[in-house]
Amino acid sequence: MKIPRVLALAALLLTVLPAALFAAGYVEDHVMKVTMLVGTVLWFTAAPQWLRGGND
Amino acid sequence: MAESVPVNLPAATNEYERTRVPDSALKGPSSFWGMYAGEHTAGTEFMLGPLFIAWGASALDVILGLLLGNLLAVLTWRYLTAPIATDLRTTLYYKLEKICGRKLVALYNVANGILFCFLAGAMVTVSATAVGVPFPGVRMPTFTDILPTGLAWCIVVVVLGALQTLVAVRGYSFVARISHLAAPWMFLVFVACGLTALPKLASLEPSQIWTGVALGGKPGIGFVGIMLFAWLCNAAMHLGMSDMSIFRYARKPTYGWAASAGMLLGHYVAWICASLLFALEVQRHGESASNAPGPMVFAAVGWAGLICVVIAGWTTANPTIYRAGLAFQGVWPRMSRSTGTLIAGTLATVAGLFPAFAMRLLDFVGIYGTVLAPVGAIIVVDHYYARRFGLVQNWAEQTHATFNIAALLAWLLPIAAFFWLYLRHDIFPSYLTVPVWLTCGLLYILFGRTLLRRPVATSP
Repeated sequence: MKIPRVLALAALLLTVLPAALFAAGYVEDHVMKVTMLVGTVLWFTAAPQWLRGGND
Repeated sequence: MAESVPVNLPAATNEYERTRVPDSALKGPSSFWGMYAGEHTAGTEFMLGPLFIAWGASALDVILGLLLGNLLAVLTWRYLTAPIATDLRTTLYYKLEKICGRKLVALYNVANGILFCFLAGAMVTVSATAVGVPFPGVRMPTFTDILPTGLAWCIVVVVLGALQTLVAVRGYSFVARISHLAAPWMFLVFVACGLTALPKLASLEPSQIWTGVALGGKPGIGFVGIMLFAWLCNAAMHLGMSDMSIFRYARKPTYGWAASAGMLLGHYVAWICASLLFALEVQRHGESASNAPGPMVFAAVGWAGLICVVIAGWTTANPTIYRAGLAFQGVWPRMSRSTGTLIAGTLATVAGLFPAFAMRLLDFVGIYGTVLAPVGAIIVVDHYYARRFGLVQNWAEQTHATFNIAALLAWLLPIAAFFWLYLRHDIFPSYLTVPVWLTCGLLYILFGRTLLRRPVATSP
């Protein structure tokens, strides 16, 4: 369950990091929004496998 | 504020409903910390944060008021709810039945069920503001909207409410899983919303964000109001002892500290982030700013935000509809759970059509707590003070009665006074929660001594 865990944690990072970078003026608005959407899709794909693995 | 499923204890909370939880079923602290962290970052948070700005709170009011109020809430869970729950290890309903009798518990269930429906309705409204974003014909509600904003709005709410009801009819395990799964991501979307608002704000000066000026001539709210709201928005759960159902599984009362996870993340960080979003709206649009979460969050973080609003509203509304259905079923046991849930879902959908419930969520949450919390005072009196004041502990159980008139009067009289003050003098409901709770406890001592018959002594 190492890969789903890494992906899920990366997804959380992709959810919040773009907003922090946007606030600091490093990325544009649309880049931030697309990256957050990618993070969201990745989270709902990887997290169920990670959490299921954790319960086993 | 939240009404979601205790996701880490789903099966267990439906067990031992009429028995003491055995030691073998007790759970470790992580279940409680995870549950509270997830449960209190919910759809309601999108509405409550902006309302502080709309009601003219100043920066100091928000930052310190929320801090102190949340601290008081955690202390209440830790030193009132958790000790009684771990002493008794029964549900609120079973304990109430022992004190008040089956028929009075049915009355409590009706009040609970109806209030749950309105809360779920507010969450249907929240989800609808997100679903309506891609459809330009849907006019989003603003603070001043009380009635439905148009046919398109009604269609979105009815479709969403029907879907949520159907899912609730099938049981809430699926939504509970989604809620559990979404919790960490949802919290980070709240944080992202706050972060993205920062560079867009005209000024980062706190006094320019929380200006202290109420919108549209609304009554203002200050430090005391915010502190009391933060403390008492979950009054039904802590002062009202509803969370006995959760903490009866705790090994020790110290697990009550777990509530701090929900208060810090949901009722502090998430509320402030949602506030920042609305501050931006106000700076851009002034008095005509809309606090409909869907468009605000979409403008801030795009589609991820819309998904978050839908899931947040859905995962709050769904278990609330389910619980309301159970409450109705408790009153009419012959009715199937599905029928109870359908009735609750229909009521919630109708309530969702009217933005008033969502837009006046501060008031509604205060009413919700003030109406339901007083039964907790009766439990506190019964548990700690019954012998000292000469009351019969677990009176209904001891006397085989089904209706405790002392408890009914102790509960209803302060609530009647509360509604009179609220409706006639427009007093913010959270100001009255603690006085109503204390009065209920004192009246139960008085009426318990004067109106309740003693159990018949049996010969040895």
